[in-house]
Amino acid sequence: MDRLIESFLNPEVMRTSAPYLVRGFWMTVKLCLLVIPLGVGLGLVLAALHTLQRRWLNVLLIVYVDLFRAFPPLVLLVFVYYGLPYMGIVLSPFLAVALAFMLNTSSYYGEILRAGIENIPQGQWQAARSTGLNRIDTMRFVILPQAIRSVLPDLVSNTLEVVKLTSLASVVALPELLRMARIAQGITFNPTPLVLAAGVYFLLLWPFVRLLSKMETRRIVTAT
Amino acid sequence: MIDSFFNLDVMARVLPAIISGMWVTLGLSILVITSGTVFGLALATLRALQYRVVNWFIVFFVDAFRAIPALVILMVVFFALPYVDVQLSGLVTAWLCLSLVLAAFCEEIFWTSILSVDKGQWEAARSTGFSFLQSLRYVVLPQAMRLALPPLTNRAIAIGKSTALASVVAVPEILNQASSAQAQTANASPLTLAAIAYLAIFLPLVVMSRWVESRFAWRH
Repeated sequence: MDRLIESFLNPEVMRTSAPYLVRGFWMTVKLCLLVIPLGVGLGLVLAALHTLQRRWLNVLLIVYVDLFRAFPPLVLLVFVYYGLPYMGIVLSPFLAVALAFMLNTSSYYGEILRAGIENIPQGQWQAARSTGLNRIDTMRFVILPQAIRSVLPDLVSNTLEVVKLTSLASVVALPELLRMARIAQGITFNPTPLVLAAGVYFLLLWPFVRLLSKMETRRIVTAT
Repeated sequence: MIDSFFNLDVMARVLPAIISGMWVTLGLSILVITSGTVFGLALATLRALQYRVVNWFIVFFVDAFRAIPALVILMVVFFALPYVDVQLSGLVTAWLCLSLVLAAFCEEIFWTSILSVDKGQWEAARSTGFSFLQSLRYVVLPQAMRLALPPLTNRAIAIGKSTALASVVAVPEILNQASSAQAQTANASPLTLAAIAYLAIFLPLVVMSRWVESRFAWRH
């Protein structure tokens, strides 16, 4: 037991590694604040384009969405970070992560929002348009608020996945939480920082996992 | 650009490595999906028995493995356990960690689907003399599957894609092979080839998941 605590929850090591983890934590927060809006924004554009009902456009959108859903995000990140320099495009780790994850997450957000918009009956469109709202205002004030409500659990679930996704940035040496924990582990010769990092992720995301469980159960109960 | 991304010479040279990587990716995915789903179903069955203390443990396990990123779990198992003399190979680590993550998600999916089946179905099944397990197996689960199948398919694809994480602990799957080939050849073509390999495996599954989703969608 002593040995377990010594290795995994060593108070001394916790103190030394805390500043590293705090810095890493803020970088993770920064990444999330960049990647989530980018993904939602582009996803929204994809879903909005889908409502135009142009056949060739829809084919393109489906190809885009399926392509980026089929690529593992880590592969995309490695491709962007290690591949693009051969084209003369050198991105900082931060930009590479932002670009790769925007492509990946926007396809998921786009698919969710599209499903949400399709849930809204046509009558809502017609009613809104007949009051004199234009297409964009109809979307913004009538369709989207209802659509978002109808797919809220999926949006929350995907956002949770995006936050977890940022840990992959450690692979391209971006100093986020996991990367800083690995560095602290190297300095202290002790895996406590890794366990701490796992604990931080858990404490950060647990409320959302609980919330999601509640939402899912409620959705099932109302659907049946 | 063609020279650095679609260099046929380089591609021909690294193709055998990428193909062997494909087998590892496929094998690991199948292993993880099988063990993860089975374990998830076992946990959901256990939860259906409604032992309060057991359920706390299950919910805690599920929540933890849904909240902590798979790569972090992988790192803890691979780099922390050796300090207490538990040394697992990269492959075993990846298999174990990804299975546990998938099991957590599957338990949640199975459980909510089982909840969706009307209580009367349970009672009717039990009253015909079926045991608990028989009721679950022959009456409740077949009805629950309709709701469970689309999210299960999506989760299975997601976990298959996350076998790319195993490259970080030196499992010679597609990404790992491609990265080392790219370093050796100083050319990005191995990465292009890896991208094609992943598409070859996962694009058909993504397209299939669309079909599953429309086929098993709830009709309102």
